Amino acid sequence: MTGVQDITSTSKSAAAIDKARAEGRAALIGYLPAGYPDVEQTIAAGIALAENGADLIEIGIPYSDPVMDGQVIQAATTEALAKGFHVRQVFDVVRAITSKTDAAVLVMTYWNPVIRMGVDEFSRRLAEAGGAGLITPDLIPDEAAEWMAASDKYGLDRVFLVAPSSSPERMKRTVDASRGFVYAVSIMGVTGARESVSSAAEGVVAAAHAAGAERVCVGLGVSNAGQVREIAAYADGVIVGTALVAAIRDGGVDAVAALTKDLSTGLTREEA
Amino acid sequence: MVRPMVDAPTTGSDEGAADAFLQGDRSLRHAPGPYFGSYGGRWMPESLIAALDELEDTFEKAKADPEFVAQIADLNKNYSGRPSLLTEAKRFAQHAGGVRVFLKREDLNHTGSHKINNVLGQALLAKRMGKTRVIAETGAGQHGVASATAAALLGLECVVYMGAEDTRRQALNVARMELLGATVIPVTSGSQTLKDAINEALRDWVANVGHTHYLLGTAAGAHPFPAMVRYFHEVIGEEARAQILDQAGRLPDAVCACIGGGSNAIGIFHGFLDDPSVKIYGFEAGGDGVDTGRHAATITLGKPGVLHGARSYLMQDDDGQTIESHSISAGLDYPGVGPEHSYLADIGRVTYEPITDSEAMDAFRLLCRTEGIIPAIESSHALAGAIKVGQRLAAEADAAGAGEAAGKASDKIVIVNLSGRGDKDVATAAEWFDLLDKNSAEAEIGKEGEQL
Ligand SMILES: Cc1ncc(COP(=O)(O)O)c(C=O)c1O
Repeated sequence: MTGVQDITSTSKSAAAIDKARAEGRAALIGYLPAGYPDVEQTIAAGIALAENGADLIEIGIPYSDPVMDGQVIQAATTEALAKGFHVRQVFDVVRAITSKTDAAVLVMTYWNPVIRMGVDEFSRRLAEAGGAGLITPDLIPDEAAEWMAASDKYGLDRVFLVAPSSSPERMKRTVDASRGFVYAVSIMGVTGARESVSSAAEGVVAAAHAAGAERVCVGLGVSNAGQVREIAAYADGVIVGTALVAAIRDGGVDAVAALTKDLSTGLTREEA
Repeated sequence: MVRPMVDAPTTGSDEGAADAFLQGDRSLRHAPGPYFGSYGGRWMPESLIAALDELEDTFEKAKADPEFVAQIADLNKNYSGRPSLLTEAKRFAQHAGGVRVFLKREDLNHTGSHKINNVLGQALLAKRMGKTRVIAETGAGQHGVASATAAALLGLECVVYMGAEDTRRQALNVARMELLGATVIPVTSGSQTLKDAINEALRDWVANVGHTHYLLGTAAGAHPFPAMVRYFHEVIGEEARAQILDQAGRLPDAVCACIGGGSNAIGIFHGFLDDPSVKIYGFEAGGDGVDTGRHAATITLGKPGVLHGARSYLMQDDDGQTIESHSISAGLDYPGVGPEHSYLADIGRVTYEPITDSEAMDAFRLLCRTEGIIPAIESSHALAGAIKVGQRLAAEADAAGAGEAAGKASDKIVIVNLSGRGDKDVATAAEWFDLLDKNSAEAEIGKEGEQL
């Protein structure tokens, strides 16, 4: 029990979110898939994210069967795989970004690649590369016994997802199992830019807070500063994915830098 | 109620299971899930867990409701045409070592395969949950046609996801689904085949789960699907067991079925799981051969992993990326397999072996010529396997010599689950056997793909 407490106090994700909070704003979390358009540009774009206002960076592992992703991210990760991306390269990306920036760097991954490498081995290498932890879109706490043990052993954050459909019991269990922050899915759907942020998001955040979560970040469908501002009013962090992937696709690292700068203007909470 | 949140078993500690079973102190029937040994579970996005809970709850209540059970029995009898026959295949059997071969005729069901058993059950559950729309994935189109059929019968909206490659190769089945009122959506992501159709159906489900039921077509996926799909197919094994006792006066020596995701197989196996004298065989698609890399022999060559919601054997590379499968039979062309099969393989209760495309096609032709039955190419894998099993049983009987203890080959009995009929496969078979006029449209299409 005390071990867990110690780790919580050293959570890299929690520290990054708390730092933003101390500055009177929500944290900005940017997603990029590793190896798209290539590993060097992922690293450069990750650094650009951190230098232009992102507090946490989420590096996705391209996977053959990304059931929680919409078309933009699917197209990017399919291309990365076609170009020969290997899972172990994600550690190079994490190491390169953490060595150049202060941002907390998490890896977002579907679960089978982790199982294949071995949950312990994957965790050890992620920690060694300076990674903060894992975001796991298709792993629920019910199935996570091995990951709970490995993340404790290596001091990694485990970011589970909660959704508008989560029952109060599941909300509680997921919040209890998480460390660093809880990922609130804003909408019943997959990743992809949307015109407006679902009204369900605020309810999910409130339910997660009520279940005891200290830090709740909202993702899915957030693509512009206006939406960031809306979410920053009630959440501890805002996660942007598809819009950044479209930016690197269309304008490379410079476009990622410009979009991040713009998104970060929405983070400051207006005085009530 | 919410299902108790049990933690997943972390290791495969099932070594003693087969022994315990053989000593008679453990039944393998009616395994409830979510876990089958270390397989199964719910490796799914949180967004879908509430829907899986609702489905499980609805299913458990329905099973205990005599009205539901009667509804299924009535549809099976008066709509699907059950019980399906058990036909002795005497001329075919001469090629299987001279043992007795019986065919469980799922090919005679309405829509032409076992798939109807599952879709009627799930469509009724969808109605019980108040859902107005069903979605399904399909490879060759059999499950899509069955789903469209059940939706038409019960007044549900139906959307079928099908790999873009498959919609082209199975244009007639696309037309069948549309005639039945379904919408067919070609899937262009990933490898554009069955596994990608499942991915796309899951994406649809997450977004529309309030009014939509995902009518999964095989005994795979997240709990409760494997146990639930098996439940709707158990009728195959129950009938077959009673029929063989009636027709032959004893249990068979072996039961054979083909394995795609494993639904027809688990349905017939279930009837015999607790009969230690019955050997059980599952035949996977060996494609061009298991050493060519072009196959769908998931249990034979795969490694445990998670895909589409369950932990099970899986065709994957060293990075855990799913490997594309290959088979002449679209219905077996899937890189995963239902978790209960992985468990039955590990404990040694069921033996899984690969059958190549050409072995399956030889058996296909043999059944046509000896029995006047055109089997589905999927089912032809089971037939090819049964030939091998029959020959082995005959060899054993011979080796035992004149001593009557082991019995004669002609006393041995093998049951084959003939999961479907081959009407859908006529063009593929014609191409395979070179029966097409070189300039015909069919020959043209046939060149482009393995499945017409
Ligand atoms: C006739 C037939 N048999 C077998 C299968 C394989 O599926 P399963 O392994 O779930 O029975 C299919 C699938 O399309 C089929 O159409």
